[in-house]
Amino acid sequence: MGLWDSIRGRTAPVAANLDALFEVPSAAITLQTELGLTPTGDASVCYRSAAGAAFDTTQRAVVELLQADAAAPAVRLEADSFGFTWLSVTGDPTDTAGLCTELHAVNTSLEANGFGPGLLCTLVPFVDGSGQKMGLVYLYKQGTFYPFAPTGPQQRDNLVEISVRDALADELPMEKDLSRWLSLWDAPGL
Amino acid sequence: MFLLGALFVALVVVLMYVAAGSGAAWWPLIGLAGIGVAFYQWWNSDKVAMKAMRAREVSPEEAPELHGMIDRLCALADMPKPRVGIAHMDLPNAFATGRSPERAVVCVTTGIQGLLTPEELEAVLAHELSHVAHRDVLVMTVASSAGIVAGMLTRGAQFGALGRSRNSAPAFIIVLVVSLVVYSISFFLTRLLSRYRELAADRAAAHLTFKPAALASALQKISGGIATIPQRDLRASSAMNAFFIAPAISGASLKTLTSTHPSLEQRLEQLARIQAELGRPEA
Repeated sequence: MGLWDSIRGRTAPVAANLDALFEVPSAAITLQTELGLTPTGDASVCYRSAAGAAFDTTQRAVVELLQADAAAPAVRLEADSFGFTWLSVTGDPTDTAGLCTELHAVNTSLEANGFGPGLLCTLVPFVDGSGQKMGLVYLYKQGTFYPFAPTGPQQRDNLVEISVRDALADELPMEKDLSRWLSLWDAPGL
Repeated sequence: MFLLGALFVALVVVLMYVAAGSGAAWWPLIGLAGIGVAFYQWWNSDKVAMKAMRAREVSPEEAPELHGMIDRLCALADMPKPRVGIAHMDLPNAFATGRSPERAVVCVTTGIQGLLTPEELEAVLAHELSHVAHRDVLVMTVASSAGIVAGMLTRGAQFGALGRSRNSAPAFIIVLVVSLVVYSISFFLTRLLSRYRELAADRAAAHLTFKPAALASALQKISGGIATIPQRDLRASSAMNAFFIAPAISGASLKTLTSTHPSLEQRLEQLARIQAELGRPEA
């Protein structure tokens, strides 16, 4: 978004950056070896659903595409209180790469139909031995990751989050601006 | 607003003339001071507007839903998060101000929070965030300074054209009239620009939230709500109109030329068009 465009009031919606998701599988191994966090096998994409028939058609096609797979993962759609839709898939906890491929299929279908600007974030939940959940969140527009570790209804464990950030700093582009570490209290899988 | 601005321009011109008439070489300083006032208003627009609306900045703990909405919209639009304010007044309205996207404040009134559903409030916030992204406070300040600049130019040109008739009354009247005419024209052009930028913000908000219908129903509710508010409250906030999402007064004559906001019909029409675009398969 250039200054000239903003002065003229002609800003275009920001396009989503999709490719960084494929760096998640190697980050999952790091999390397991360094912090004992294992993937739960869930993963979800959070996006803004548009009004109108075009979006309904696209969304239905995405769900059908995911379920057409022989080892079809369970696919769920739910709306949250902020008006965003969560599409979550539950697959094999040992196959993070497979999960990321599923997520990528969702993203590319949405983008191919012009709904790429509606993608907000993707969430890959992890769990440690004591049952503490930690979600690795990818922000599509910023192209960065951040950890989100809820401990209660409105509480998050910042120490876990910072240690995750430090563990992954070499592998993933981590979000530097802490005010962008959005809370996702009612996110599926956490 | 118009009379206020015209008076201001006249004052600056008269001061400049008096200064020049008394033989002082510092008459351009007064013009510069006029621009300085405009610059000061822009530079401190966040504080001035918040104070004028008696708004208070709120933390994420105080207004979690509002902050959550703005957080998500800013993540979607990849823009820095503005500060958030709440004004305790029944007038349903929202405004954005601040000299740059980094220093911006988005403020809503308690009236709008009670009137709108969360979906509609989000659409209104997206509209205000678009104002921030489009740097509308800066653009409108530069545009309204044009009248002052015109006054200075007229004064400068007078030295060339009118020569030595420096202290004569007709020259003074000519300068004053030309300045006021230039100000009137720039006033209408500024309003035209303001209306264009409102439509631009509507469009950007609809594309950001993917929900033109939510903004449309919010605008309808706000316009309806404003019309039913007693006149006394309206005048109290009329100087702030250019920053509001929907203007708080509905003037009778010259309405379409001088209003800071496009008509509701125009705005709804544009939103309906975006809705149709979004709904079309293979967009």
